[in-house]
Amino acid sequence: MQFTKNGFDLKEAIQHIKHYLPAQAPLKDFIHHNTLHAFQNKPFHTGIQTASERFGYKVYLRLDEYRTLYQNGKISEQALQDAIIAHNGPADSERIRQRLLNEACDNNLQTSIGHLRAQWKQQFRFNPDKITHPLLFRILNNYLDQGISINGFPLVHNGFLNSMREIESKSFVSIFKTKGAKALLMDAETTLESLLDRIVGKPDRYEQYLFDQQFAHPGWSGMVSVLEDNNGLLLDRRAISLKELILFELLLELDAIEARLGEDWTPLGLQLDDSVPGLFERQTLNPVWDLLKIWHEAYEWTYYTPVLNGLRHTSRAAVATEQASVHALFCIDDRECSFRRHIELLDKQAMTYGTPGFFNVEFHFRPEHSRFHTKVCPAPMPAGHIVVESETIRKFNTDAHFTKNTHSLMSGWLISQTLGFWSAMKLFMNIFKPTLGPATAYSFRHMDGQAKLSIEHHGEATVDGLQVGFTVNEMAERMKSLFKGIGLTRINTPLVYFVGHGASSSNNTHYAGYDCGACSGRPGSVNARVAAYMCNHPGVRQVLSEQGIEIGKHTRFIGALHDTTRDEIGFFDTELLDAAQKTAHAAHEAVFMQALERNAKERSRKFILTNTRQNSAKVHEQVKRRSVSLFEPRPELNHATNTLCIVGRRSMSRGLFLDRRAFLNSYDYRTDRDGNALLKILKAVAPVCGGINLEYYFSRTDNDKLGAGSKLPHNVMGLIGVANGTDGDLRTGLPLQMVEVHDPMRLLVVVENKPALVLDVIQRSPQTFEWFKNAWIHLLALDPETLIYHRLSGDHFTPLNVNEQAVESCSDLMKRIESTDLNLPVFVLEEQFA
Amino acid sequence: MNFPIHYFIFIPLLGLLSALLVASERERIISRIAFWTAGLTFAAFVLFVSWWLLNGHAPINIKEVALYRTAGYVFEIDLYFDKISAVYLFVGAILTFLITVYSRYYLHREKGYKRFFVTVLFFYLGYNTTVLSGNFETLFIGWEILGISSFLLIAFYRERYLPVRNAVKVFTVYRIGDVGILLAMWASHHLWHENITFAKLYNYDLVHEHLASHSLVGVVISLGLLVAAAAKSAQLPFSSWLPRAMEGPTSSSAIFYGSLSVHFGVFLLLRTFPFWEQQTSIRILIALLGLSTAIVAVLIARVQSSIKSQIAYASIGQIGIIFIEVAAGFETLALFHFAGNAFLRTYQLLVSPSVVTYLIKDQFYNFKPRQHKLEDSLPRRLEYTLYILSMKEFMLDRFMNRWIFYPLKLAGKKLNFITLRNVFYFFVPLYVSGILWLHWEEAIPPVIHRAIPAVFAFIGLLMVLKAFTERHSPMLSWLLVIMNHFWMALAISYNEHFNFEHIFIYLCGVVVSGVLGFLILFRLQKLEPGHFDLNRYYGHVYEYPLLAFGFLLASLGLMGFPVSPTFIGEDLIFSHIHQDQYMLAFFNAMAFIMGGVAIIRAYARLFLGPHIKTYHETPNTSA
Repeated sequence: MQFTKNGFDLKEAIQHIKHYLPAQAPLKDFIHHNTLHAFQNKPFHTGIQTASERFGYKVYLRLDEYRTLYQNGKISEQALQDAIIAHNGPADSERIRQRLLNEACDNNLQTSIGHLRAQWKQQFRFNPDKITHPLLFRILNNYLDQGISINGFPLVHNGFLNSMREIESKSFVSIFKTKGAKALLMDAETTLESLLDRIVGKPDRYEQYLFDQQFAHPGWSGMVSVLEDNNGLLLDRRAISLKELILFELLLELDAIEARLGEDWTPLGLQLDDSVPGLFERQTLNPVWDLLKIWHEAYEWTYYTPVLNGLRHTSRAAVATEQASVHALFCIDDRECSFRRHIELLDKQAMTYGTPGFFNVEFHFRPEHSRFHTKVCPAPMPAGHIVVESETIRKFNTDAHFTKNTHSLMSGWLISQTLGFWSAMKLFMNIFKPTLGPATAYSFRHMDGQAKLSIEHHGEATVDGLQVGFTVNEMAERMKSLFKGIGLTRINTPLVYFVGHGASSSNNTHYAGYDCGACSGRPGSVNARVAAYMCNHPGVRQVLSEQGIEIGKHTRFIGALHDTTRDEIGFFDTELLDAAQKTAHAAHEAVFMQALERNAKERSRKFILTNTRQNSAKVHEQVKRRSVSLFEPRPELNHATNTLCIVGRRSMSRGLFLDRRAFLNSYDYRTDRDGNALLKILKAVAPVCGGINLEYYFSRTDNDKLGAGSKLPHNVMGLIGVANGTDGDLRTGLPLQMVEVHDPMRLLVVVENKPALVLDVIQRSPQTFEWFKNAWIHLLALDPETLIYHRLSGDHFTPLNVNEQAVESCSDLMKRIESTDLNLPVFVLEEQFA
Repeated sequence: MNFPIHYFIFIPLLGLLSALLVASERERIISRIAFWTAGLTFAAFVLFVSWWLLNGHAPINIKEVALYRTAGYVFEIDLYFDKISAVYLFVGAILTFLITVYSRYYLHREKGYKRFFVTVLFFYLGYNTTVLSGNFETLFIGWEILGISSFLLIAFYRERYLPVRNAVKVFTVYRIGDVGILLAMWASHHLWHENITFAKLYNYDLVHEHLASHSLVGVVISLGLLVAAAAKSAQLPFSSWLPRAMEGPTSSSAIFYGSLSVHFGVFLLLRTFPFWEQQTSIRILIALLGLSTAIVAVLIARVQSSIKSQIAYASIGQIGIIFIEVAAGFETLALFHFAGNAFLRTYQLLVSPSVVTYLIKDQFYNFKPRQHKLEDSLPRRLEYTLYILSMKEFMLDRFMNRWIFYPLKLAGKKLNFITLRNVFYFFVPLYVSGILWLHWEEAIPPVIHRAIPAVFAFIGLLMVLKAFTERHSPMLSWLLVIMNHFWMALAISYNEHFNFEHIFIYLCGVVVSGVLGFLILFRLQKLEPGHFDLNRYYGHVYEYPLLAFGFLLASLGLMGFPVSPTFIGEDLIFSHIHQDQYMLAFFNAMAFIMGGVAIIRAYARLFLGPHIKTYHETPNTSA
């Protein structure tokens, strides 16, 4: 610890800043997380209100937006009444109701950030950011660049500041305008504190100054902070720390100030009057919060209530399944919700399951000819194994338009007069007849389906320090826990499918956010294939059967990949099937194909420029085109509208139309007496589904500060992030096009089990418990025997009185789908129960 | 025989006007209009050019219409079509067509969908007007449209700070380039004693004869044109504006700054080539400018780590080479090079988001770690020096700030004594006495009389400079720009015999738009008394889009944009400036240009930028 006068603790200040900065990884590893994770230790409403008061974020919809929703029936009278009573008791409810509906409120978002540094303009009529930002961003970007520039940063091996010092000392021209700043950079005695002494001069304002400075460009500061903590995120590694960034920025600032004001100026802090508020000092809570909170809860429960009624309805109506025709395991991803529903509607004996899409095999994948390996399991999960690909036949095409030769003098001269005319043709072709190109992110390119994978460990030497493949026991252990978790312990259908998922898109910087979150933002193809291999392994089956999992002698497992953008499916290793299996597979494949067509049609109702009323095959063609069209900023809508997570048997929700809004995690309470399987599920559900949900939530409510804004002006910076234009800060969060149709509501998790056990389970992991306890995620337990819901509030469950409503039903789903491009209500599918 | 070239202007005009009438949420109709406008123009072009090529492809010149005619002066719209127009029309038509189709999906659901297509059509109108222009006057009309539509497209995301600031900056650079065109126009009035058509420039003997007797005027014209061309095509020292113009949706950046807009400097040079062809020193100068730009731009491009700025600098480099080709007289090569470069950069910018997938995959499979050596050798020192220089864009941005913006700001600061009160107590009486003296003009001693026009024009320029740097009162800024026009009128009145009709034409547009502007300003001040000055951006367009649109129209009128008679009046005024009155011409041109910038700055600060009210989400300043 390094204290200077008046208790300014640099280390603590930096930790403090890092805590609040955006924690978004570089583009290639886009992983969803709670944007306001820094406030998660507080209850939801308090947390987001504090965040808003401090940083000026918009964390709810606006008052008038809620009122419009109410007028349009999107918030029900009943839910509004309930929310008022829940928050203020029944006493005064009519007065509150009037306030909610009519009161004019100060809706202005306030921020604590920037008041101190605004004094530059007040006192000196000059804004250092205008001068320092463009150069600072440029230098950072050049240093971190992963491959855009032709001449990379001349020195990178020794940390950011050391490289800068080395270059600056040898160069004939300086980065700085003044000699003073250069001397300070070279001087080993220069510390952050000494610079703050010169610039601010008043130690009790130092931390505030740094907050103001770093939150003037949260994007870059956040990126540096993330890279400081996870050096391995960049393939071409760079050492950098937030402290270095701050020190360098202070030097640039000092340089700008002295170039402007000369040597004779008083530090900013020494001529402050007290009217400038300190950091996070303002304590007046805006009265509008009370109203917004009630509106928001009413909004959420207007949606939740019919869902809960629906789930109870389907739970009651569930009939014991006859002999299953096939089992298929999918990712819990909300995009698989409708695919599964269509399969079940087409083949009433098909059984589908949801489990995180890495199928419980955690490892790194190393494609043939690659220089690196990539992790294909949830990001926080440690993985000690590697699967190596070999004997590929895949070929990568190149595209001359991306060659850097076009940027140099003479080859540029030649290329622009030759390739230039070809560009016009290519553009023409892509606009009128888009096709897959070398720059398309195509899910099936992740792994060559024909290649060999080193799945079984045969005592090979380690690769990249990781064990190659899994031993038989390791395989069996993983498969056992997978099947126990979803309650599938007796398998005798001829075929079982593991369906991973991935996405395809063109001209999309955020492509990694479209793939499988449970595979670290990669397509789930390798995992599906690996899991299928494991289950087909006689040794593994032997161990499994000893542990109570029976797999029929003639059962065969098949790995597959579902492309969620194109609604295509590919199966792996089908050449190994025998004749009977091939016949069975052909029948199932036909069902999959038809389900995909229907799925495409269902999705298309939200793509306004596509006519959903055409026949499914035609719609499907147009849906496929989106993924390869350069001009399509919405290849798919991804997780937009996600709101639910159902942890229980499929019988709870089978036959219920949830409009692709639910994460579905299969779980059978009967096979999980000790709750260990549930713990594992909820440990993943909270950060993964909760993270997705809250990132969508906040990117939707404040797309400017917490989201990335419209993607149309985005400019790729160093392959690690996007910015607007050339001089802008990195944009974090999700682009407007991903979230515009999202309804900002918290995730509602419904677990099928006794509340007492659920409570016991979540308390075993404090980190997971925090999400639920502080209500960043709603948690309900549905008692499977009484079918009574219990709601977690704080640290206990209380029975929840769900307003009984009749559940709508629908006889012709595909017709209903054509009726609107808006969210559809929850309804029971008569076809399923016919 | 009547050639239907003017349809290439009428179709975009018609498209623009009809798109303006459509309600902004009617995406389908708006994009259809744009599609048909661009498609029809393209089809018409193909038909016309086939016919033209089959019929011997001789240049066509059409005197379309005289907008204003008086003794010794005529303002004519004149169109000209030759190989250069053909290539430019072709590239423009095909790219505009493709971009409108592209943007139909790309811009779907974007706020400002209509604004985008209207601005694109507006730009296309300016593009075709410029390309088909047959004289400087017509060219300048198109040129002005290009400037304004560029401003509107860069500031498309008007609720953010950087696009708005950069739009004002780029607009300023454009206008400074326009000083060159204005002076060239003025000097050529005197050189030819008429509004010369480009067709006549191809008469070698005529040009030769005039240049022989007025070589200095010839140099002035050529330099003026070169400055205008360099500014528009981002050549040295103006280059740094181009990457900063990439603030709009990628499709618009691609077509404007990647391809069409940025090649207009080349067009101007090609168009006026026969004029400066005979001035060897100018040709060498152009080639040297092109060469140095090419080298510097390519060096800068090599260290860019953001994809759009990399493409921008690479494109500037190629344009530098095109300048050399033009200077060397390789017209066909230059045209070929222009088309190829335009297509290539458009496509590269459009697919620029794909570099993430493409290059990350490339890195994943082909990465080779770099080897570092710490050594202290001269080559190493030179390498670092060059790197820092390139990274700092050879201080070009700083150069522009120091030599253009800073002096202007400084001058404005020195003019702080100009306040609303002083204007009324000092400048208005001065002006009135100026008018009165005019009555006894003969009584003024010749020495003084000769100086008066320049002095008055200088006062006008001071007003404009103050308007440009005013931080408090938008009223004052607006008033000063109006007064500038009056000072100019007065200055010219001393120059030649007072001609009421000319002055009327000049000032009627000023007065009408001036009054409209004042009404809007008063209204806004009444609505937003606490958020009404020029010290920051207020973003009032969020709440008052109609006022903003009205003020934009008033601004266009006041800056002498070709919607108001002031545009013709300005040309008239220039025709009254004598050949030896360099100072007067310079002051007038500067005041005209800076007046436009001052107004656009006021418009931007009041109506654009992050909204001052925060009841809705607003972006960070750095975003």
